[in-house]
Amino acid sequence: MLASLAPVLGAGAAAKAGLLTPNGAAQAKEASAEATLAKASEHAHVHGGDEHPGFREGATVDHRANGFNPTDLLRDFDHGKTRRLASGRVLREWELIAYDKEIEVAPGVKFAAWTYNGRIPGPTLRCREGEKLRIKFGNGSAHPHTIHFHGIHPATMDGVPGLGAGVIPPGKTVTYEFDAEPFGLHLYHCHALPLADHIAKGMYGAFIIDPKRDRPRADELVMVMNGFDTDFDRENEFYAVNSIPFAHMHDPVKVKRDELVRIYLVNVLEHDLLNSIHIHGNFFHYYPTGTSLEPAEFTDTIMQCQGQRGILEVRFPYTGKYMFHAHQSEFAQLGWMGFFEVTE
Amino acid sequence: MEARGAVERAPGKGSFSGRIPAWLWGLIPLALIAIAVAAFAALGGPGLEKRTGPPVEELAVERTVLQPGKIELTVRNDGPDAVQVSQVTVNDSFANFTAGDPDSKVERLRSERIEIDYPWVEGEAYSISLVTSTGGAIDHEIPIAVETPDTDLSFYALMALLGFYVGVIPITLGMLWLPFVRRVSERTIRVLMALTIGLLGFLAIDATLEGLDVAGGGSQAFGGPALVFLGGLVSYLVLTAVNAHFVERSERERTSGASGGQIAMLVAIAIGLHNLGEGLAIGSAYAVGALALGAFLVIGFALHNTTEGLAIVAPVAKSPPSIARLIVLGLVAGAPAIVGAWIGASAFNSSVAAFLLGAGAGAIVQVIQQLVPSIRDRSGVALQPLSVAGILLGFAILYATSLLVSI
Repeated sequence: MLASLAPVLGAGAAAKAGLLTPNGAAQAKEASAEATLAKASEHAHVHGGDEHPGFREGATVDHRANGFNPTDLLRDFDHGKTRRLASGRVLREWELIAYDKEIEVAPGVKFAAWTYNGRIPGPTLRCREGEKLRIKFGNGSAHPHTIHFHGIHPATMDGVPGLGAGVIPPGKTVTYEFDAEPFGLHLYHCHALPLADHIAKGMYGAFIIDPKRDRPRADELVMVMNGFDTDFDRENEFYAVNSIPFAHMHDPVKVKRDELVRIYLVNVLEHDLLNSIHIHGNFFHYYPTGTSLEPAEFTDTIMQCQGQRGILEVRFPYTGKYMFHAHQSEFAQLGWMGFFEVTE
Repeated sequence: MEARGAVERAPGKGSFSGRIPAWLWGLIPLALIAIAVAAFAALGGPGLEKRTGPPVEELAVERTVLQPGKIELTVRNDGPDAVQVSQVTVNDSFANFTAGDPDSKVERLRSERIEIDYPWVEGEAYSISLVTSTGGAIDHEIPIAVETPDTDLSFYALMALLGFYVGVIPITLGMLWLPFVRRVSERTIRVLMALTIGLLGFLAIDATLEGLDVAGGGSQAFGGPALVFLGGLVSYLVLTAVNAHFVERSERERTSGASGGQIAMLVAIAIGLHNLGEGLAIGSAYAVGALALGAFLVIGFALHNTTEGLAIVAPVAKSPPSIARLIVLGLVAGAPAIVGAWIGASAFNSSVAAFLLGAGAGAIVQVIQQLVPSIRDRSGVALQPLSVAGILLGFAILYATSLLVSI
């Protein structure tokens, strides 16, 4: 009885093993291409892998409740208020308020964020080389904060603990004042301690200093590459440009065929060493930090560490949909991917 | 007592309390508790603040089913607060999934089935993260992905065959030692009973450890490892009561003590509970692809479980029962392996499995207690050198054969 049953089970095990063997590839080499395809078609019933990664049932976040829509942030430049000083120089002024706000970072997932002006990234501050800049900062958050600008300025205007006004306690204000230099693409962020937390919670934004002579006319976009660590394990659960993962999968970035597109790309991603961008079906000119008017590279993929930034200039010669995403596939699958939609 | 006293005195005195029956006195505290609880809830717990801090989110994955292009998880809420699974990642990629109503939470102790679209590949490892509405992440590992067998008729037939194979056949074969135990001396019988105790002792330890292992891996909401001990106590007490009932009946019928036949039945029940656990382990291991079906496994189990047949027939050496009775004993001890394999492969629940494994261990302890008198020598000493040798031999046999069948 025992002996007669053993082969039955043994055969079952062999059939199972047949499915598992990796040496199917070796056999395929000997077989013709047609036979390989015919064999592969046995697996045609296996579905999956035919959709992009994405959220549950294609849901999107409530942009209205968040108070900002990443599509609007793309082309939202804050030029502040200007007036001409007696010297003939332009004085440019902004007001930034820090406050705590719950953001829906993915459909159904709430994150207790810290923001400048209630949005992540904060407003894209835009000025021109040589202007005098004045930024009035009020801390409406329950935590102490600062604004630390990248650029050339005196130590007292650096927005770090212990220098100048130092850390701004809740309810207090400060005015940062410095000259707009050098031209290029920069950023600002909170420098209160613990630094990683203040950045990861959302306190950053792009800071553009235009050269004295305008760059060529273009459709200009701001993309701040960021992420969210919602369970505080020092690893990001969500990745995106302008905060909302997969936002441009559902709502592609609309651009015109043959028109020059200029992307101001800033990486503020905390917890990961690198970030990157890759644009499908195209190449772009890359201006690291935007401090030169001559491109450094003609490529389709660049990488940036935290705080690095640069300007991409691209023209789409064909209409259609073109993906753009981090070329760390993991970041892409966790939200940092989207589409350009090129039309006539 | 006092209430009953009051009832007895009542008619004479005609007091108020005397007109109230005893059972109502028993109900009054319960009614007051109900009213107090209702009032407390209605008033929103006066004097008590809401708990500080964020909600505590705990989900235990009770069951994983892999189908082509799909991963299904059954999760149970182990924690004090309701949990909403908002998003799911598989190997660091968000994936589409369906799970009930998108806006509804999984309440405490309730379960939910999550169906994830994902093109998984056989033999690879997957790490699934359930991202909750508060941004928390609950992780679940699939060490080796293997398609979950369809639970169709042929599957149940295979599981039945497997259960028959590792449970019924070896035990029945082991019972063929009966003619042998009938012909040996009383001294040898004592050694055999000691051997039986050794075998059972090993099984009790084995079942307890297996139960703790299973309980540790699944939902803790229903008690986790405590269920193993609870199961052990319940089965120990129930079998003790059953035994006491047997003894009472045989005294009424003027026979002496629990008969060998009754002890044999108790041993069979205990081993049956143990084999139910063994079947559960086999079935659940098969369902997740962790069990290689093959001759080696079956031979291992055959050797391992054949000795259990000996444990059943040893007590009936002096009064051999009928063939039919022997078959019943064999089925009671062996057939639960079939039921266990079915449950294990199709509806495995770690809480139930932990309880059943504990029940098996408790039953075995009870049976060992029954067997101890049978190894006493004429001076009444149970642990004389020969019986200790028998017990140790029992340990050794099962230890050696268990090395053949690790699941």
